[in-house]
Amino acid sequence: MSVSLYPAPPHSSQPPVSTAYSAPPPPSYTQAPPPVSSAPTQPPPPSGPAASQQYYGSPPPPSQQPFNSSLPPTSQQQFTSSSVPPPPSQQTLPPSSYSGPAPPPGQAPAPPVSQPQQSFPPSQPPPTSQPAFTPGPPPTAPGSFTPQAPPPSSQSGSFPPPGPPPTSLFFFQCSAVLLLSSGAFGQVRGPQPGYAAPKRLDPDAIPSPIQVIEDDKAKSTEPFTTGVRGQAPPLVTTNFQVKDQGNASPRFVRCTAYNMPCTADMAKQSQVPLAAVVKPLAMLPPDETPPYLVDHGEGGPIRCNRCKAYMCPYMQFIEGGRRFQCGFCSCVTEVPPHYFQHLDHTGKRVDCYDRPELSLGSYEFLATVDYCKNNKLPQPPAFIFLIDVSYNAVKSGMVNIVCQELKTLLDYLPRENPEMDSAVRVGFVTYNKVLHFYNVKSSLAQPQMLVVSDVSDMFVPLLDGFLVNVNESRLVIESLLDQIPEMFADTRETETVFGPVIQAGLEALKAADCAGKLFVFHTSLPIAEAPGKLKNREDKKLIGTDKEKSLFQPQVGFYNTLAKECVAQGCCVDLFLFPNQYVDVATLGVVPVSTGGSVYKYTYFQAQLDQERFLNDLRRDVQKLVGFDAVMRVRTSTGIRATDFFGSFFMSNTTDVELAGLDCDKAITVEFKHDDKLSEETGALMQCAVLYTSCSGQRRLRIHNMAVNCCSQLADLYRNCETDTIINFFSKYAFRGVLNNPTKAVRDTLVNQCAQILACYRKNCASPSSAGQLILPECMKLLPVYLNCVLKSDVLLPGADVSLDDRAYLRQLISCMDVTETHVFFYPRLLPLMKLESGSLPVAVRDSEERLSKGGVYLLETGLHLFLWVGASVQQELLLNIFGTPSFGQIDSSMTSLPVLDNPFSQRLREIIDSFRAQRSRYMKLMVVKQEDRAELIFRHFLVEDKSASGGASYVDFLCHMHKEIRQLLS
Amino acid sequence: MATFPEYIAQNEERDGVRFSWNVWPSSRLEATRMVVPVAALFTPLRERTDLPPIQYEPVLCSRATCRAVLNPLCQVDYRAKLWACNFCYQRNQFPPSYAGISEVNQPAELLPQFSTIEYVVQRGPQMPLVFLYVVDTCMEDEDLQALKESLQMSLSLLPPTALVGLITFGRMVQVHELGCEGISKSYVFRGTKDLNAKQLQEMLGLTKPAAAQGRGPQAAPQPLSNRFLQPVQKIDMNLTDLLGELQRDPWPVTQGKRPLRSLGVAMSIAVGLLECTFPNTGARIMTFIGGPATQGPGMVVGDELKTPIRSWHDIEKDNAKFMKKATKHYESLAIRASTNGHIIDIYACALDQTGLLEMKCCSNHTGGYMVMADSFNTSLFKQTFQRVFTKDVQGSFKMAFAATLEVKTSREIKVSGAIGPCVSLSAKGPCVSENEIGTGGTCQWKICGLDPATTLALYFEVVNQHNAPIPQGGRGAIQFVTQYQHSSGQRRIRVTTTARNWADAQTQIQSIAASFDQEAAAILMARLAVYRAETEEGPDVLRWLDRQLPQRRSKLLQLCHLTHYESSYYRHQFNRQDLTQALIMIQPVLYAYSFNGPPEPVLLDSSSILPDRILLMDTFFQILIYHGETVAQWRKAGYQDMAEYENFRHLLQAPVDDAQELLHTRFPMPRYIDTEHGGSQARFLLSKVNPSQTHNNMYAWGQESGAPILTDDVSLQVFMDHLKKLAVSSAA
Repeated sequence: MSVSLYPAPPHSSQPPVSTAYSAPPPPSYTQAPPPVSSAPTQPPPPSGPAASQQYYGSPPPPSQQPFNSSLPPTSQQQFTSSSVPPPPSQQTLPPSSYSGPAPPPGQAPAPPVSQPQQSFPPSQPPPTSQPAFTPGPPPTAPGSFTPQAPPPSSQSGSFPPPGPPPTSLFFFQCSAVLLLSSGAFGQVRGPQPGYAAPKRLDPDAIPSPIQVIEDDKAKSTEPFTTGVRGQAPPLVTTNFQVKDQGNASPRFVRCTAYNMPCTADMAKQSQVPLAAVVKPLAMLPPDETPPYLVDHGEGGPIRCNRCKAYMCPYMQFIEGGRRFQCGFCSCVTEVPPHYFQHLDHTGKRVDCYDRPELSLGSYEFLATVDYCKNNKLPQPPAFIFLIDVSYNAVKSGMVNIVCQELKTLLDYLPRENPEMDSAVRVGFVTYNKVLHFYNVKSSLAQPQMLVVSDVSDMFVPLLDGFLVNVNESRLVIESLLDQIPEMFADTRETETVFGPVIQAGLEALKAADCAGKLFVFHTSLPIAEAPGKLKNREDKKLIGTDKEKSLFQPQVGFYNTLAKECVAQGCCVDLFLFPNQYVDVATLGVVPVSTGGSVYKYTYFQAQLDQERFLNDLRRDVQKLVGFDAVMRVRTSTGIRATDFFGSFFMSNTTDVELAGLDCDKAITVEFKHDDKLSEETGALMQCAVLYTSCSGQRRLRIHNMAVNCCSQLADLYRNCETDTIINFFSKYAFRGVLNNPTKAVRDTLVNQCAQILACYRKNCASPSSAGQLILPECMKLLPVYLNCVLKSDVLLPGADVSLDDRAYLRQLISCMDVTETHVFFYPRLLPLMKLESGSLPVAVRDSEERLSKGGVYLLETGLHLFLWVGASVQQELLLNIFGTPSFGQIDSSMTSLPVLDNPFSQRLREIIDSFRAQRSRYMKLMVVKQEDRAELIFRHFLVEDKSASGGASYVDFLCHMHKEIRQLLS
Repeated sequence: MATFPEYIAQNEERDGVRFSWNVWPSSRLEATRMVVPVAALFTPLRERTDLPPIQYEPVLCSRATCRAVLNPLCQVDYRAKLWACNFCYQRNQFPPSYAGISEVNQPAELLPQFSTIEYVVQRGPQMPLVFLYVVDTCMEDEDLQALKESLQMSLSLLPPTALVGLITFGRMVQVHELGCEGISKSYVFRGTKDLNAKQLQEMLGLTKPAAAQGRGPQAAPQPLSNRFLQPVQKIDMNLTDLLGELQRDPWPVTQGKRPLRSLGVAMSIAVGLLECTFPNTGARIMTFIGGPATQGPGMVVGDELKTPIRSWHDIEKDNAKFMKKATKHYESLAIRASTNGHIIDIYACALDQTGLLEMKCCSNHTGGYMVMADSFNTSLFKQTFQRVFTKDVQGSFKMAFAATLEVKTSREIKVSGAIGPCVSLSAKGPCVSENEIGTGGTCQWKICGLDPATTLALYFEVVNQHNAPIPQGGRGAIQFVTQYQHSSGQRRIRVTTTARNWADAQTQIQSIAASFDQEAAAILMARLAVYRAETEEGPDVLRWLDRQLPQRRSKLLQLCHLTHYESSYYRHQFNRQDLTQALIMIQPVLYAYSFNGPPEPVLLDSSSILPDRILLMDTFFQILIYHGETVAQWRKAGYQDMAEYENFRHLLQAPVDDAQELLHTRFPMPRYIDTEHGGSQARFLLSKVNPSQTHNNMYAWGQESGAPILTDDVSLQVFMDHLKKLAVSSAA
């Protein structure tokens, strides 16, 4: 029985409840005293319950040891304490941060520390509450912690006051024996049964993401000001306010390193990727001001004569303000008379703070006609809806839902001024094997359908009346949307085309001489005779072979050519897929990915279950801020250069990132390489300029400036890194790599590079110590765990139940994610829900089965999925509060939304779910997973610290493996 | 015995046949010497109110190679119930249904007055009439509006069961689905890409009627319609609205460009649509164009206005770069349409040329109409179009569809070919001459569309050897069998059997000469000349004609002052109209009105142009009223409004009334011109009159007797005299 990971397969019946599980009610976890802090929560031995095997039909991989074993917690404690006596040093040594506020980096004399987790001491004041951008403020009091939260260490009282020193190191020691024997890493090294059980590392003793996240939340109480060069911003998981003081907000730009090595040699030695993740049109929370619009008049924005960098705070005015020297290329440029301003005694222009381009990191320029295609001011963009009306599309209810929704959605087309009507025009096409265009001219009594059945050479059959203003043609459009489902209700056409559909939209935009976006609602593999026709090439046997890469490549070159044409016209394509079988996402996604569009996939779409998710995605997609016909250029100061770009776009040369469409959710990862030396004095500057057409048809330039420090000491580099951004880079790098390399090679490269980074640190920055010690830089102590998550993602290490389409889909999806999204995608957020308080979220727990209590309820979100996991022996009160039923057996696991119950717990839980959904760019359908239910397999896939069904290593095993790699590099 | 003119008139009246010779020379040698061949103008559906169709099918000669129809010339043995075929002398048994036959109880087909008789075929389904409108939308709003109104009006004239369809075109070609509820649907095609019938069928989603496949027990008769061709009664409201909503082609036409007009593809799609839905069923494709095709297959001129449409000059110098390709395109369409019995009509209304030269074959091969006017908003177009739907006394359209004409001859004479709106069916047989004239090599022709005036010229060859005796019976017989789809949907067969006496040219030259029908001969020779002009190089034809006859060159051949589309148009009309009309085309009719007496026909001669006369000229294409100098002055002075000059008013009115009468009967509507001495339009008259007074006979110069015309043309009298003389002298 195969279970697809992403769609919820229709449940025909509930699996039988095992007596083995329900019979012995274990002591309630929630009421049990917290485990002894020092006791590692060791998973039970593999010989545990055999019952779970019967449930899933196939033996669970060794790492999937159900936590819900019948062993009571006490036995666990006994077992672990007796079998693995923790090394004395782990017990006794405090974390290095404890030893002093600022120990010199790399020379921390402190002995290795076993307990990285910090819990908030009761005395610590709660973080200042911030205007809720994300509704979950940091935890306020330890009382809200569930027992699964970091166990209050006996030493917690002796923790230093908040504000961990930036250079603190994380140490931990493990014996050589331990490493060698426990190394069940992936398929490289099979577990050695003789050693496996007794030689495990204590999971609590290794760096905890939750701890790091919570620490960062705790220290980020003040708004983050961007004025200080080289200052790393708070983590993406932290709520914080940003004040733009001359560098772009981390919401727009995040860097892997805020202290770049001065030389290429250093960079090469460290192997730390130098990259920035840019999200040019990111939405800001309401309490932060969106970028100001600057108009430099007819001459256009003031720029450096040589490198064409735009006016920014890094320009140095000289000669009394008559000239300025470019911060990027040092060239001196005359100040045009209309822009002249006197300098004050510090050499700053006196109007410095009146002009956004002189004082802020992010702002916009109004572009002149020189910045427009064909030297002509652009037309407002158009949205074209292209709806598959083949049998499957009609039968699944998709056609009906889309048409119904569009009637209201059209009132929410993007606009700059909320008072005004949107300038965006709309057009409609339906299709199966042929295309139907609609004339919805306002003067018509009824819409007219124009069928184009010659799909081999697509053209637009009408000009006037195809793209219309919604308000003018409202009646005709409504009539059309009412009639489309009726007209095709009895269709028997099952074949579809795809290439001509995009061509049609493209041609329509060409004819109207405007940019725009196509919303394509498509169901099936396009097998009808037409350009871009595809065949079913689904072949899982290729997985793991050298030919695996072909699965990610498009099967025909047609779509690459088409994508190029689309980009030239500024035609962005958003694809909504409703497949019932293989549709070849790798090929269908080419155009959306190259045009800055998005692919949404609703496998086995069922109107009732999936319409909420689809409609929310559609609404957001239609309404969101979007620019068209965009070109992004990243300029840097002499010494470094943007060399590589990752994301949804097209490049026809090596410098210009062309985006037919760019919306507020799209991020582009830019890699930098040295081409010369950087100086510590001036640091490294980068300026990202995006020229685009706004939704009202205005041509604009959005500028983001970023300055980082440069260092000649490796230690400085390691002190100012951001692991989340590094992971974003690594994942995009790897996911692009699978297009051309065997997946295994890609995984190995990642592991190697990571090992080199850490080995370099160990060699150059850490104090000499025993080789058996794994010493990780403080900023990168989560690198192994996160990297492991990347390595075992469905793209790089698919399980048997992951379809090829899912892999291709995820691969494309990740490529345009920002750091926030990649973080939660690779390390999902797992919240215990036993106690909820208004105004704060419970502290998350680590993504491991061990952290789940059988008596609890947990919420897990990945940015794409949302699970509500219900323990088998969950308290009745929780059940009543959440589901309104007293019995575990009565929970309907097919529900996609929780019942609306009038109790504070239910209200708060739904609030939390809503707030999670609001944070993400895609709507997450809620899946209720009952412990021991078949669907639990899907849920477990996201417990990323555990071994995965596909053979991915557990966190502990991977860390050991990483240690071994590092030691090999060092020796 | 009646005189020959009476005999000719009687024959024409009864059978619609006029022979060049009404007594035939009995040997091949003599016949060839006579220059004008034995030939006939045959009007298959000549209106006969006294001819009720008979409700049974014809009796055929049993000889497989003959299959002639029983006719009054056959020998009948009433006792033995046998009849002898007068063509092959085969003796045939009467069918059982003729058991009651006797001298006093003869079937109609044996009565001499029924030498022309019409049968109604009882078998087969009644086919609906199909009308497919193909409408250009690249025209001025005013024109389009007028056209839309005409089309809407036409719907009310169609029989309720007739199927109609609509194709519109401009830059794209749209095939409209009819009878849709709510949203109107149309299939759109690129105007630059030709599609064959199979592709079209797939793209329109038309599968062959499931007739061949298992006729299940519940197989209700398939309604003979599809989404694109629906009965008028069902969709007339819908179609009226659809026509009403027709807009000018919305694609922008930039300065200095012609609109992109996909005429070639539109016609191709129309032909294809009928080809795959109604093969071998009568159907009219009615094409309305407001200009030349400017893109795709069949384009005759590019869209750059600075490049003018090809002229005669370009064609002669082989400089018309689109012409050959376009002609080929339209020829292939004509062949496809005629193969399936479909008619293509072309209504071209534009001030400039529309490419009729390239498209002429579409109408010429299918028996379609070709109508030319300056605008759709003229009475010329409106009334002509309305007249297409004229009905006879029985209430049937005066049009017939998908006809085949078969000619059967006595052994001594064979058929060489036909000239007219027909195509060859390549039916070989004993009647077929090896000597081809016009469309030859066959004894059967297809005439997709014909009306009561449609007239074919048929050319024969006497094959009797020189020394052979005058054939048995002394008469040569010809039978014309025309099978056609009547506008009522019935399949009908009209049979005309006619015979002429043989005469030995050496001994009976006078009787042969006396039997010469000069009018028919003129038309027959002119048709031949036109045919040659069409198929051969222009100057050669004139030379040939000069060799054959010192004929007055009508404008059908002389093209220097005409654009080709006009010439194509004139030739088209000439090739299908009956003798009277054709004669008018060759020799316009001129009537004079004056105070000197009742209106009188006068010579089409410059001497007829007198100041105190009003002239009425009918050239078939134009009806012109010309007021002489004095009359014009009187009119200007307003005498007609004075009570005491009522007679002048009557004089002015008389030609107008006569002109109206002509206008009412003529199809297509002639151009009506009212002009006077010195008026610019008077050139139409001056270009037609016979130059009796030219620089060659200067003695008349300046005299009151007439107006001198400067021309090189020979005068008509010379031609007619010469023709007569030559025809007779050849035998002498």
